[in-house]
Amino acid sequence: CGSGSPPAGRSGFSAGHRSFSSPPASPTKVCVVGGGPAGFYTAQSLLKGSPHIQVDIYERLPVPFGLVRFGVAPDHPEVKNVINTFTQTAQHKRCHFLGNVHVGKDITIQELMQAYHAVVLSYGAEGNRTMGVSGEGLPGVYSAKDFVGWYNGLPCNKELQPDLSHETAVILGQGNVALDVARILLSPLDLLKKTDITQNALETLAASKVQRVLMVGRRGPLQVACTIKELREMVNMPYTAPDMLPADFQHVAQALADLPRPRKRLTELIMKTLNEDHRGRQGVKRWGFRFFRSPLEVLPSADGSRASGIRLAVNKLEGVGDAVTAVPTSEVDEIACGMIISSIGYKSLPIDPAVPFDFKRAIVPNNMGRVEETTGLYCSGWVKRGPTGVIATTMNDSFDTARTILQDLESGAINVSVSRPGSSEVVPLLEKRGVRTVSFADWEKINAEETKQGTAVGKPREKLLDVREIMFSYGLCCLISQMTKILQSQMTLSIHSVH
Amino acid sequence: MAQCLCLRSLLTPCGTRSLGMHLRIQSCLDGTKIYKWQHRQVGTCPTLCTDSKSPAASKVTVHFINQDGVRNSVTATEGESLLDVVVNKNLDISGFGACEGTLACSTCHLIFEEDIHERLDPVMDEEVDMLDLAYGLTKTSRLGCQIVVQPWMEGMTVHVPKGIKDQRELAGSKKTQ
Repeated sequence: CGSGSPPAGRSGFSAGHRSFSSPPASPTKVCVVGGGPAGFYTAQSLLKGSPHIQVDIYERLPVPFGLVRFGVAPDHPEVKNVINTFTQTAQHKRCHFLGNVHVGKDITIQELMQAYHAVVLSYGAEGNRTMGVSGEGLPGVYSAKDFVGWYNGLPCNKELQPDLSHETAVILGQGNVALDVARILLSPLDLLKKTDITQNALETLAASKVQRVLMVGRRGPLQVACTIKELREMVNMPYTAPDMLPADFQHVAQALADLPRPRKRLTELIMKTLNEDHRGRQGVKRWGFRFFRSPLEVLPSADGSRASGIRLAVNKLEGVGDAVTAVPTSEVDEIACGMIISSIGYKSLPIDPAVPFDFKRAIVPNNMGRVEETTGLYCSGWVKRGPTGVIATTMNDSFDTARTILQDLESGAINVSVSRPGSSEVVPLLEKRGVRTVSFADWEKINAEETKQGTAVGKPREKLLDVREIMFSYGLCCLISQMTKILQSQMTLSIHSVH
Repeated sequence: MAQCLCLRSLLTPCGTRSLGMHLRIQSCLDGTKIYKWQHRQVGTCPTLCTDSKSPAASKVTVHFINQDGVRNSVTATEGESLLDVVVNKNLDISGFGACEGTLACSTCHLIFEEDIHERLDPVMDEEVDMLDLAYGLTKTSRLGCQIVVQPWMEGMTVHVPKGIKDQRELAGSKKTQ
């Protein structure tokens, strides 16, 4: 998508855009850093917003879609339908996907800002918040981020091999990620077999001894962070039964009447699990919430080699409404368990020293998507507002950032009077540094290979787990397509020679 | 008496849109649910659905008021969902129907007039679960993917809420545990 056109002869894009009398002499080049939902929704909105914008999406992994591929649970294929829209965006004639590029390492933000009129940071939240308690580093303690990455085939988590040889697993956190992890640990294997969960995870789960999963939260049932769809899935899961402490639900019934509808329905559904009669239901696995508890210490096994339990502070609540906070009392509680998964939130990390970063809030400081103190730099998604919400939240947030960029183009705040080379300069630079980019057409070949391998075992896809494996699959395809081209050209030659 | 809920899933490529399966959940009075998979069609695919899209299906005029207050009047076909209508008629509402009618998001949230809302098929828990996350929820809100066009809807007006934001964005991230 290189621009060979001469520098624009006009002062700005804005006049042309308003009047539509004459298009800018050269296209407006926008670079998006991160090929997840935020990146694709920002690109979609920019392409729709102006016919003069070209968008290049850079992604660190060789494959697109970020957390839709590596975060969304394998048993939620319906959520992954957004990939169809992302694919349409990537196939747009003014959009290019460049995978396998580690921005901040292979190329700096400054280099990108020189090559493009505007750069959008939408690289998400690859770090995770830690509990900050002793014993956190013991074997048997995992971050939910790594665990999710493992069953979803994230290349860097393929060696995780979680130890599922103990009866009880404790998850710290009660958000949707915690419920995803609990569901994967307890789901009947027959259901998981038909999903795109990795074969490796499926085999490990087949040998799992986990019978009970407890999800621990600092506050009470009225503050639980999950949404009702995920909770309903737990309630309806076959061969499982809830395991709650009725004492955690004192005063909840009285509070119900004054709650807004969403919170009320969620609370009522949790309350319903208390009333179910599970006597006589032998052999079922258990799941439950443990409220009013904060981690104090991961307890080591007798020989100190691994985690064998967790010590929790028992909390009381102070304040009212959404501002209610958990305050530890002197009381402590212990749960014996062989596995601890901390699911207390993802965290964005700084990408480049040149980009401002708010370490306290773990976001790129911005005003409606404009990165502070840096003209031409924008952000969208989790790196803009923090790692919360569902895909629709990121969608709207990305549309907002795109609107900001379009306004800045209109007002002349982004200078488009000089043409920018975009990827025509960046790709050769990357090649010089030994980086081979993966295009969307390459991804489609990888996709076909994964789908083919999946079909063979009755799954929607079998994800390639290794970056080298992915690149090999891509490399092989390249070779085949090159050979096809060579053969075709030879055929053409022979046809010509016949004539 | 049975209540019906449509849930589309298992989409496969077909033209620009997808040919899918359509899950009808019939909720019986004794509390049990009957799940029935049916083929359904969208866009240019040949019809496979027998009960709702027969050749004799009526044409129904529906007026959409979009986020900017602009009115679009379209001729819908009996048996289509309102999400299908938005897609098939290219109504161009940004982000509408992100999960493609599988009850996994609330981006096809529509607001109905009170008298129309009263006559719609009863809402199921799974739809309310998603509606509870919708921005600008009203007493007459429903998800477009669950509302199937019927002849009595002739001339109805539906409003697209001003923003398709998620409730938690407004409620704040403070409440995370």
